Amino acid sequence: MSGEMNIFAELMLILVSTSVVSNVVLSQFLGLCPFFGVSKKVETALGMGVAIIFVITLASIVTGVIYKFVLIPTGFTYLQTIIFILVIAALVQFVEMVLKKHIPSLYRSLGVYLPLITTNCAVLGVALTNVTNYYDTDAPFSILKGTFYGFGTAVGFMIAIVILASIREKMEKNDVPRAFKGTGIVVVTAGLMAIAFCGFSGVIK
Amino acid sequence: MAYGIIMSIVLVGAVGCIIGFFLSFASEKFKVKVDEREEAVLSVLPGNNCGGCGYPGCSGLAEAIAKGNAPVGQCPVGGPPVASKIAKIMGVDAGSSERMVAFVKCVGTCEKAKDKYEYSGAKDCSVVALVPGGGPKACSYGCLGFGSCVSACTFDAIHIVNGISVVDKEACKACGACIKACPRHLIELIPYSASEAVGCSNKDKGKDVMAVCDTGCIACHLCEKNCPSDAVHVVDNVAYIDQSKCTGCGTCAEKCPKKVIIRR
Repeated sequence: MSGEMNIFAELMLILVSTSVVSNVVLSQFLGLCPFFGVSKKVETALGMGVAIIFVITLASIVTGVIYKFVLIPTGFTYLQTIIFILVIAALVQFVEMVLKKHIPSLYRSLGVYLPLITTNCAVLGVALTNVTNYYDTDAPFSILKGTFYGFGTAVGFMIAIVILASIREKMEKNDVPRAFKGTGIVVVTAGLMAIAFCGFSGVIK
Repeated sequence: MAYGIIMSIVLVGAVGCIIGFFLSFASEKFKVKVDEREEAVLSVLPGNNCGGCGYPGCSGLAEAIAKGNAPVGQCPVGGPPVASKIAKIMGVDAGSSERMVAFVKCVGTCEKAKDKYEYSGAKDCSVVALVPGGGPKACSYGCLGFGSCVSACTFDAIHIVNGISVVDKEACKACGACIKACPRHLIELIPYSASEAVGCSNKDKGKDVMAVCDTGCIACHLCEKNCPSDAVHVVDNVAYIDQSKCTGCGTCAEKCPKKVIIRR
């Protein structure tokens, strides 16, 4: 097999493993705040998912470039966390501006959870995992792989939040016992989803 | 050591600066023009989000007014005082609008209107209107008196008095919440200054009305014949007053044999 084919296969593997097998929410338990916060309606959940995909993918590229070409040559790799947070915060601001201008209805329905992507541990988690997995190694195409890792993770987040939102929309009309009403039953649902996603483990060795 | 500290500051500072420039450029590019009049209008509006104006809450109306899609006097709650303030913000003339109040077109109190049976179910008009026979009241047009309008009113302006809803015209803001709540569509807006109003909605023939209520409009046309200004007409077996023609002389109320037309 040629090297090119190998990298293609590897990227697809990264996509599948991050989005389904080791789902960021359901098996790594990162980014739970928006997962519970904006999963009331499928529409807003989708919007949140798209915003997260945008932020994480761009953040993976930018943090990768900064880490590889600024931090490693100058030897200041220990500044990674603070600089990554700067980059992520800026990207979230940027997404906010774009949404406010072009999709104001989505901007309003996302509300406080949009700026909260800044502190979403899934975003920083991806950037830091990328460093240990790809950027610190000498593997070729490390930034490309990191980008795919980020994109796959974000897609996984969107899959999880949209599934939860559609379950919650149905649950609205159900007769839930009083003790479980509200967030209680949602957490139980998320737990059951996590168990279901365990079924994917072992698909990729 | 010192080199490390200084370089860290420079590095983070440089990244921050680049990001800052990028963001300020982006904020120019993606600028959303916010009309400051919108916020000014919103601050003048009552802010209880009753929806009486037909927009989703006060912010919706403020947006529409700022865009010029709604007249400055659209808020029924604030009335002329708020309209003139908004007009000042928008730089237009408020014009004069007449204050409207809600009025319940039924005067069939407990002793006047007859009951068909004893009712002991849910105490809510919208439910009662659906039970067989349309509730205990013999008149199928009259006020059920279970107070759906009372709970709909956010201004404490409508109350059940002696079995029927009565609007407190001083407190009423004409938001229209009670009009939507009434399953029998008995409530309408009339001018605050209107001195006569028809307190019946029964469209049945006189004989049938008399069978169910002592104070129902029997369509005798006495009001119509005696009105000096041609303001009262009987339409569909119920008297109807054209408030724009009414001079408030009170002749119709005086002549009405069933005391359906009331002086307010």
